[in-house]
Amino acid sequence: MDVTKLVAIADREWRLPPQGNMRVPVVIYGDAGLVGDMDEKVLEQIGNVASLPGIVDAAYAMPDAHWGYGFPIGGVAAFDPDEGGIVSAGGVGFDISCGVRTLLTGLKRSDIEPVKTALADSLFSNIPAGLGSEGKITLDQRDMEAMLTGGAEWALAQGYGRPTDLERIEERGRMRDTRPDEVSQHARERQRREMGTLGSGNHYLEIQEITAIHDSAVAKVFGIEEGSVVVSIHCGSRGLGHQIGTEFLREMAIEAPHYGISLPDRELACAPIRSELGQRYLGAMRAAINCALANRQILGHLTRRVFAHFFPDTTLDLLFDVSHNTCKEEWHEVDGRRRKLFVHRKGATRAFGPGHPDLPAAFSAVGQPVFIGGSMGTTSSIMVGASARPERAFASACHGAGRAMSRHQALKRWRGRDVVDELAARGIVIRSPTARGVAEEAPGAYKDTAAVVEAAHAAGLARKVATLVPIICIKG
Amino acid sequence: MVREAAVLPRAEQFPHDADIGVRGIAMSREGAFEQAAIALMGIITDAASIRAQVKVDIECEAPDDGLLLVDWLNALIYRVSADRILFGRFSVHLDGHRLHAEVWGEPLNLERHAPSVEPKGATYTALKVECGPDGVWTAQCVVDV
Repeated sequence: MDVTKLVAIADREWRLPPQGNMRVPVVIYGDAGLVGDMDEKVLEQIGNVASLPGIVDAAYAMPDAHWGYGFPIGGVAAFDPDEGGIVSAGGVGFDISCGVRTLLTGLKRSDIEPVKTALADSLFSNIPAGLGSEGKITLDQRDMEAMLTGGAEWALAQGYGRPTDLERIEERGRMRDTRPDEVSQHARERQRREMGTLGSGNHYLEIQEITAIHDSAVAKVFGIEEGSVVVSIHCGSRGLGHQIGTEFLREMAIEAPHYGISLPDRELACAPIRSELGQRYLGAMRAAINCALANRQILGHLTRRVFAHFFPDTTLDLLFDVSHNTCKEEWHEVDGRRRKLFVHRKGATRAFGPGHPDLPAAFSAVGQPVFIGGSMGTTSSIMVGASARPERAFASACHGAGRAMSRHQALKRWRGRDVVDELAARGIVIRSPTARGVAEEAPGAYKDTAAVVEAAHAAGLARKVATLVPIICIKG
Repeated sequence: MVREAAVLPRAEQFPHDADIGVRGIAMSREGAFEQAAIALMGIITDAASIRAQVKVDIECEAPDDGLLLVDWLNALIYRVSADRILFGRFSVHLDGHRLHAEVWGEPLNLERHAPSVEPKGATYTALKVECGPDGVWTAQCVVDV
């Protein structure tokens, strides 16, 4: 991206004043290197978002922003229903409520090392991963309905997890105001055998060691210290979310002109929040959030079962479960006025700061945990919602490092077997059903999370708490 | 770029930051749709390894060519996801913006197909269905994976 088009307004914060059809400015976070490395399409896409009806304050791009569809990945935008604001299926993405759940093991690397291979094999055989893998759960219509309205609460009632888990999940594990009747038969059919599956692509289950603590007071509240081992699970709403995204993207693309919305690009397909279509999408999307929360709850349970076999005394308490592909109704102060807004975060994590009323009591004093995922060989990060006033980007932060090269290029450069061997030499055990998938996801194909995390920290989006390195990675 | 008739029809993928673009190029609109489907299956596995054991009929209708291409690819993605069938042979018939296709494939075989990434849905990004001055049709879009 040509940074000379932008105005530097603060440390790692750039602005593109409104021009053309833009109703608000664009704000991009990142150092000159990160922003300069972003594709020109990111600016085009986030500029288009800034032109959508009812957008409030600014259209934001996180330090890990990259070219998506409709919204860039790493895009954040809030819309006011009182000002004709819209909801966009492309602003949430196909993998609705994709997110990260991190569990505390209470173990050290020295506990893991002696059983590393056996533990990796056991996780790989118990956590269904990759295209075509099926969970042990098949949902009939009644179960499906209950899952779509109950989320992680439903999973808990089925015997997956512990009641205390709910305290440590956004929305306490259950999204309200769902419309299961708007979840099509096709979406249900795609999900019937996919509960408790990891999926493919950049989804993973990792055993990670915390190698550095940057804020010991917050780390203590989170229950982590240098040398702690945690489990992080990255996945979303599987086929159900994908199908809902597919169907509503199409309907919104066709219907937008009927609502008087002229789209700069069809991929920005959207509908007014206060329209029948907008409400139907919100209801279906919330049901898909529940699907993702239930899925991660089941995967967390399966992980606990495997760990119980190797380490009978570990309880694998849940640190937190965050989503990074959502549209949520939230209160925010804009221009000195509290307003109820519909905040789209596509490849961006909610990062409520200390004292936010929606935080679980355990995090009220420090802010919510924010998980920044790496890729197999790269580091991951735990951050905490910042207390910046005014809040940055509607209290949002980045979600990962983003790709440095396309899957196509990665496939030309690496062979899956070589990637697995190289990582093994570094002490990282990879288990995946697909060698080609491993090559496409090679650590070198991703940007360095460290630069993204530094930028988010310096810009006041979230604060650094801990750095993690992988020990075992189950890759879908 | 000079496009020789000898290399037509062809299926290809094009780079995208996070996802994958699929493109079909042929001397007819139907052919370009068929090739785009081959490129889609190529995201999952080597499309040539998919045997024609079962036949499925697919029908779609859309307001224009672009939406029709996305509907067509999404109908295939749905079958892969819900029925666990991969497809390797395609016969597309178009009547305006109505599509009827016969597609042949086989149930996913984890060992032989070693599926890589799973397509989530076809998008409207980089979406194009057009005929160049040389009479060559291109049908393409980005697929979220």
